[in-house]
Amino acid sequence: MINQSNKTLNTNITKLVNQPYKYGFSTTVETDIIEKGLNENVIRLISQKKNETDFLLKFRLKAYKKWKKMKCPEWAQLKFSEINYQDIIYYSAPKSKKKLSSLNEVDPELLETFEKLGISLNEQKRLTNVAVDIVFDSVSIGTTFKEELAEQGIIFCSISEAIQEYPEFIEQYLGTVVPIGDNYFSALNSAVFTDGSFCYIPKNVKCPLDLSTYFRINDQQSGQFERTLIIADTNSQVSYLEGCTAPQYDNNQLHAAIVELIALDNANIKYSTVQNWYAGNELGKGGIYNFVTKRGLCAGANSKISWTQVETGSNITWKYPSCLLVGNKAQGEFYSVALTNNYQQADTGSKMIHVGRETRSRIVSKGISAGKSKNSYRGLVSITNKAIGARNYSQCDSLLIGNLSNANTFPVISVQNSTTKLEHEASTSKIGEEQIFYFLQRGISIEKGIELMISGFCQDVFTELPLEFAAEADRLLSLKLEGSVG
Amino acid sequence: MINNNTPILEIRNLKAAINTNEILKNLNLKVYKGEIHAIMGTNGSGKSTFSKVLAGHPAYEVLDGEILLNGTSILNLDPEEISHLGVFLAFQYPIEIPGVSNEDFLRLAYNAKQKFKNEPEVDPLEFFSIINEKLKLVNMSPVFLSRNVNEGFSGGEKKRNEILQMILLDSELSILDETDSGLDIDALKIISQGINTFMKEDKAIILITHYQRLLDYIKPNFVHVMQDGKIIKTGTAELAKELELKGYEWLK
Repeated sequence: MINQSNKTLNTNITKLVNQPYKYGFSTTVETDIIEKGLNENVIRLISQKKNETDFLLKFRLKAYKKWKKMKCPEWAQLKFSEINYQDIIYYSAPKSKKKLSSLNEVDPELLETFEKLGISLNEQKRLTNVAVDIVFDSVSIGTTFKEELAEQGIIFCSISEAIQEYPEFIEQYLGTVVPIGDNYFSALNSAVFTDGSFCYIPKNVKCPLDLSTYFRINDQQSGQFERTLIIADTNSQVSYLEGCTAPQYDNNQLHAAIVELIALDNANIKYSTVQNWYAGNELGKGGIYNFVTKRGLCAGANSKISWTQVETGSNITWKYPSCLLVGNKAQGEFYSVALTNNYQQADTGSKMIHVGRETRSRIVSKGISAGKSKNSYRGLVSITNKAIGARNYSQCDSLLIGNLSNANTFPVISVQNSTTKLEHEASTSKIGEEQIFYFLQRGISIEKGIELMISGFCQDVFTELPLEFAAEADRLLSLKLEGSVG
Repeated sequence: MINNNTPILEIRNLKAAINTNEILKNLNLKVYKGEIHAIMGTNGSGKSTFSKVLAGHPAYEVLDGEILLNGTSILNLDPEEISHLGVFLAFQYPIEIPGVSNEDFLRLAYNAKQKFKNEPEVDPLEFFSIINEKLKLVNMSPVFLSRNVNEGFSGGEKKRNEILQMILLDSELSILDETDSGLDIDALKIISQGINTFMKEDKAIILITHYQRLLDYIKPNFVHVMQDGKIIKTGTAELAKELELKGYEWLK
């Protein structure tokens, strides 16, 4: 019977895509927390704990005031129960007795946690050639390769440290790309952000290492609100990687981050993310609510910002990495693979705002939905009247696995300029019963078949990932696809 | 050794349904090695259902009867296992697979078979020389290898691709479901040549077709007429000619 066989097919695929989450363990460390709840006092307390300047405190309080007046956006194709903001811990940090002067002083329990996650903080293991900043719940616990980078004038540290050590950068740039009141979650983040990474690449420097931040949520009740600020000065170049995991808890946890990128004349920033937050169980219980605002400003002429993301985790993903192309001939790129399964929901895409002359942008989005998940692409390409000769190419492809998943595309194009060249392509395909039967009839197993179809589907995006990440992304997807089928 | 008297395929009183709709009603058929059987019949007589059931398609439910491959039942086997045992189905409508190159697909299928036979799997280079030889047999250009499986192929190219796979996998029992439909006369000749070169003493082929013209190029040992889910008449190649003249009505 067809219904029955669809059921078999769906169970097979579910089994296949449903590999157990490997990073679901939690670490027991003594923590310093601020009681749950959000009010002005909590914000003052965070600021005080972090020993911040008046500038930051004002910044936070202004954001809090704005946030209180705002409403949670409802336009996304996402359904979730209301978030109780008074039930979240906004500050949770592993207790440390004194300021760490070297990574060797980091709590061994924490080091072990990250070893387990495959991230080595040990500088002797320079295998991966990546400098890492580690954020555990609310604080950064260490940054590798700091001195080597400093020799070239590169600043790579936690944002808390930057607030103390480089206030001039913070005051000049923080909140300039993503303004405090940009949206509900950016206002929330601006009020309560606790840590994140800061990076400055000086003029004419090509960063010799890939820089990376690894975000780990550990505490069950805490939210993670981190902030990343990357500034690439004239003629500089940097490749930045971001990875994330969280333990397996039954409750939903909030992650509301902001990433701001600034590229001056001729600067080039490549920002890659492999997001593998806990996605909830097969019934949709638990998992991270991921509400992230990522935006890059191509301020200088000939500057370039490229976003690449592989989104496999989170119960809810709400994320639109964008580029403001202000400098003449600036370039923006967005490459994305979003895989959703079970009851996961992803509403993700990009915005390309063309302001400068002859600016160019490219969007390649691949959405894969399995199980009963919902996967939406939402994008905006806006060409303003000053952007003479602007070009955009967009490609949005959706792949459905099984019969119960859902894919949507919501592209918005606004052109105020007759010299524009713009292309938009979209496709929807399905891994259906007939395709699988075709593979099977040729003696190819269902795992191999689906793996082949998915890697073919994602190829355009995977080639954009830095080498270390391409391997990780491949592993991640095959992890979700590997396994036995009854 | 298989006893010469054991048919490669024996179907006994087969009843099968899709969506509670009984399509095959008491089908009986015996095919021996070295034989080519043609199955003809009107639209909806159950020919394609028969081929899908034989290949183990999960949408079809076998209600009763038996399918024996070399004397062993394959009723409880997965399509993958049936394929490994040497059953090949050339699809009436070959499936398009976006994002997967024909070459990768063919190599994967070939290696799956090698693995099943406990023989070494081949790397892409070795495979390229193997497939190149086979391409010539169906007059296909190597360009097809780098294109996605059946994507943007013309009707004739898709059918040639099916025959290419049959030759590559060297199947023992091949069911060709309307491989001739939608082909022009040149393509029909090429495909028939490919099939004739492929056919050997130790193999068997079942041709499902509407038209006699295919049988001008491939000589069947038997022609069966299928009607309402069972075989109602069996004859030689002459029967096909008679059907071409008279249609199916006179058999009712």
